Amino acid sequence: MRLSPDEMIFWQYGLFKLNGTIVFTWALMFVLAVGSKLITRKLSTGLERSRWQSLLEIVVTGIVKQIEDVGLRHPEKYIGFLGTLFLFVALASLCTIIPGYEPPTGSLSTTAALALCVLVAVPFFGIEEQGIGGYLKSYVEPTVIMLPFNIISELSRTLALAVRLFGNMMSGTMILAILLTITPFIFPIAMSVLGLLTGMVQAYIFSILAAVYIASATRVRKTLKYEPRPRGNTNG
Amino acid sequence: MDSITLIAMASIVTAGLTIALGSIGPALGEGRAVATALSSLAQQPDSATTITRTLFVGLAMIESIAIYCFVVSMILIFANPFWNHVIAQAAGK
Repeated sequence: MRLSPDEMIFWQYGLFKLNGTIVFTWALMFVLAVGSKLITRKLSTGLERSRWQSLLEIVVTGIVKQIEDVGLRHPEKYIGFLGTLFLFVALASLCTIIPGYEPPTGSLSTTAALALCVLVAVPFFGIEEQGIGGYLKSYVEPTVIMLPFNIISELSRTLALAVRLFGNMMSGTMILAILLTITPFIFPIAMSVLGLLTGMVQAYIFSILAAVYIASATRVRKTLKYEPRPRGNTNG
Repeated sequence: MDSITLIAMASIVTAGLTIALGSIGPALGEGRAVATALSSLAQQPDSATTITRTLFVGLAMIESIAIYCFVVSMILIFANPFWNHVIAQAAGK
C-alpha cells in the first residue's frame, strides 16, 4: 500500500525521478496559472460579465473578507500569499474527484514546503510592518524569560501545520484504499464526499492559521501602546 | 521469538494503542467545543458567522492531535524504520 504519492514514479532516469507529487503539483500550478490568466484576459467592468469572471470575483472577494476578519488591515497586501496557499490546497483536495489523481498535499514534502513558506513569511511581513527591532522585540514579550518558549512555539507550529495537512489528506486516501478492500461499492463514495469536505476545511484552516500568525506578528506593538475600547456592540 | 516477530508484534499493538488512546482526548474536547458553540449559537444567533468560523478553526486544531496519533500509527504499520532496518540486515546476511 502506498503511503504518499511520493512512491508513485512516472519516469526515472538515474537519480532523477519524476514522482506523483511533482507531476500533480505542476499540473495544479498549470491549471491555476493558465486558468486565471485566461479568465483575467478580458475583464469587464460593466454589468455584462462572463460567468468565469463572476466566479473569480466571488473567490477573491471572499478571501479578502476572510483575511480582513482575522484582523489584517490591508488584505490586498497579503492576498497574494494567503490566497495562493488557500487556492492550491483547496484545488489539490477538490481534484480528488478525478480518477487516478492523488492529492500532492498527501505527501509530507509538499506540506513541509508550504509550512516553511509560512515560517519565512511571518518574520518577513512582521519586519516589513514594524521594523527589525520591533519584530525582534516581540520575541521578548512579556519578559525575557519567554524568549526560548517563543522560539519553540514558532518552530512547533510550523511542524503542526505541516503534519496536520499531511495527516488529513493522507488519512483520506488511506481510508478510501482500506474501505475499497472491505466494502467496495457504496461506502467509499460517502467517505470520498466526506474527504472533499475535510479538504475544504483543511485548506481554510491552513490559510486562516497562516493569516493569524502573520496578524500576530504585525500588530504586537500597536495593541501594547493603546487599545481603544470597541464602540457599540457591547453585547458581543 | 526472533527480532522480526518481536518488532512486528510491538508495532501492531502500539499502533492500535496509539490511535485508541490518542482519540479519547480529542473526542472529549471536540464534544465540549461543539456543545459550547451550540449553546452560544442559541443565545446569540446574530454572531453565528463568527462562532462558526472560530468553531471550525478550533475543531481542526483539536482534531490535529488525533491526526498526529493517526500519523504515528500509520508510520508504525506502513513505514516502520526499525522493521526496515531489521529486514535490510536480514537481507544483507
